[in-house]
Amino acid sequence: MQRFVMAIDQGTTSTRCIVFDQNARLVAVAQREHRQYHPRPGWVEQDAVEIWRNVDRIVPQALRQAGISAEQVVAMGITNQRETFVLWDRHTGVPIGRAIVWEDIRTEDLVAELGRKPGIEEVRDRCGLPLATYFSAPSLRWMLDNVAGLRAKAERGDVLFGTMDTWLIWNLTGGVNGGLHVTDVTNASRTMLMNLSTRQWDPMLLEFFGVPAVVLPEIRPSTEISGVTTRVVPGISITAALGDQHAALFGQTCFEKGSIKGTYGTGGFLLMNTGDELVRSKHGLLTTIGYQIGGEPAYALEGSIAVAGSLVQWFRDNLGLIHSAPEIETLARTVKDNGGCYIVPAFSGLFAPHWLAQARGLVVGLTSYINKGHLARAVLEATGWQTREVVDAMNADLGAPTPVLKVDGGMTADHLLMQFISDVLDIPVQRPLVAETVSLGAAYAAGLAAGYWPDLEGLRRNWHLAARWNPVMDAKYRENEYANWKRAVELTFAWARSSPST
Amino acid sequence: MPGPIQSIERAAAVLRLLARGSGHHGLTEIADSLGLARGTAHGILRTLQRVEFVEQDPATGRYRLGAALLHLGTSYLDANELRSRSINWADTLAARSGQEVRIGMHHDGAVLVVHHVFRPDDSVQTLGIGAMLPLHATALGKVLLAYDPDLSAAARRRELTSLTRRTITRTQMLERVLTEVRGQGWAGEAEEYMPGEASIAAPIRIPGGLVVGAIGISGAADRLCDSAGRPRATLVRQVVQAAEAVTTSLVDEN
Repeated sequence: MQRFVMAIDQGTTSTRCIVFDQNARLVAVAQREHRQYHPRPGWVEQDAVEIWRNVDRIVPQALRQAGISAEQVVAMGITNQRETFVLWDRHTGVPIGRAIVWEDIRTEDLVAELGRKPGIEEVRDRCGLPLATYFSAPSLRWMLDNVAGLRAKAERGDVLFGTMDTWLIWNLTGGVNGGLHVTDVTNASRTMLMNLSTRQWDPMLLEFFGVPAVVLPEIRPSTEISGVTTRVVPGISITAALGDQHAALFGQTCFEKGSIKGTYGTGGFLLMNTGDELVRSKHGLLTTIGYQIGGEPAYALEGSIAVAGSLVQWFRDNLGLIHSAPEIETLARTVKDNGGCYIVPAFSGLFAPHWLAQARGLVVGLTSYINKGHLARAVLEATGWQTREVVDAMNADLGAPTPVLKVDGGMTADHLLMQFISDVLDIPVQRPLVAETVSLGAAYAAGLAAGYWPDLEGLRRNWHLAARWNPVMDAKYRENEYANWKRAVELTFAWARSSPST
Repeated sequence: MPGPIQSIERAAAVLRLLARGSGHHGLTEIADSLGLARGTAHGILRTLQRVEFVEQDPATGRYRLGAALLHLGTSYLDANELRSRSINWADTLAARSGQEVRIGMHHDGAVLVVHHVFRPDDSVQTLGIGAMLPLHATALGKVLLAYDPDLSAAARRRELTSLTRRTITRTQMLERVLTEVRGQGWAGEAEEYMPGEASIAAPIRIPGGLVVGAIGISGAADRLCDSAGRPRATLVRQVVQAAEAVTTSLVDEN
């Protein structure tokens, strides 16, 4: 009987169920989108029950598509959009309000207020994250403060908190009938409530955010979830859970200290494995857990680029200069360089490594010579230079340069961009054969826990190179262009300072 | 000879109507002007929209001529768009066949490689996107020639360069091979481009059947071909399936 591993990828816009075979080849994919709710400006919510119902449909669908039975699934791994969470009633399983999504900025004022509280320095030291709206703790605090009677109910122990991994595992393993209330270290590391050194909920952080410990799930290593489904398709072992970007790091087999993966979609997410070393960034990066297989975790540094593919979408939808996103490359190739034009896409501030919420985007270097081809180049180059800034920060924090960047995501189809990233980093850029690195990472972790794959070395053998771009840019030209980019970024700071504060 | 096809005549009338006057019309106006039932007019407009001859204004719902009519004959599909749409299927083909994969489009009398996936054996390989390959000596090229009458006519007028001792250099021979390609729906080649190498390719089509490119595998001749020198049936099936999957993905997203 041939056996398989299943991954559930609970993403921001959809939930997918993917079945892999032992050679890490994709056997079946089932997917359902869920609704986004925007009840007020800046609020982003999702219906956790809708997401649960979607899982209920796609798991049997994926099994049918693969033509296999539940007994042939040796393990299930769960990966999910990070920071998004839901609260629910422990006795009925009914959510209390909708899930608050990582993009939600309702806590802007609360975050500013918390930022002035004594102990804020200590917070960053303990959880590795800067205080920002998109981590779970500020939104959880907001719920406790704003939903009538919730705090009292929570303190009585009638309420459960969960990121989406926790919500799905609790439901899959029985819900009100003995469902497991657990999360993995990577998801817990995005709440601002976990201490990176102990990898447990930190009393000081709970106190700081005013969160009662009784609502929180048990934190477990990524491969020690140890649940069995009793609903949807009963009898499948749930052996692993990981946040999506952490799963991508694992799926790319970035197991060595210093290895980096970059996922290029709407935004760009770079993670560097720092091994057993908990690196507190001095260069504007976040410290997080890469994954934990067994006793010791692999720590990671993370640098996020807010706007990558979404700049191409903006170029298509708001400027109308191209019909489809891939055409940006065709347009960019009508010219040989950027003609001196740079675009800094600080649409909602700059993320890593600058962390300047007030910065706004700009186009500089305009002359009568500049045409739409130059602008298209500047759009693609913006993702390249932002990658360079993050990788420079990673190298500086770790004290050693990374030899290669492993990439995935939709934008890896852009040949010009991938060559440019290789050129500006002056290292090779590699794309693996399996594009679904997030799901694959969850499947790998699950399969490893179940003994389906023997060890990390076995997983690494499944990684195959689909494309490799080598740097060809002249060093002097590169440094000159980088200096221009940095000047352009500085101008966005100046713009931020001169704008009236809101 | 069969009679005229009514729906094509009606489609032509819709285009003529949109080409004159304001150029913006609602469904009811179009149906009434041409004396068509609304359902019929809607079906014609939806089809014209699918082939991009007609566009619908998202705000008003009114129809106008599509941008594709303006550059009819210059390009059907952007090369980078084709790469983006086909990347997952090309990866799957490489994983299943164990061979390197290329997607080619015609450019300037040659095959332009618009996508390349390495052979998944982790050996050192060089990315070949942007390379030009000869039409008459590669499986990708034969597919492009077989389905483009102008291109094959041009090839007949030119001298067919000999690259190996097996390269087809006689026009008549090439014609015979291209007829065979059209008959079987795929092309093969063994040691016609490089000694020891072989390739297999199949056509990528847009809705309506027009061939816009080809996807294929290449590798050692003894791996791709059986003892009689014929392309292995399993590999041919995998290539044809990949081509069909890409074709379907082009339909879906239009």
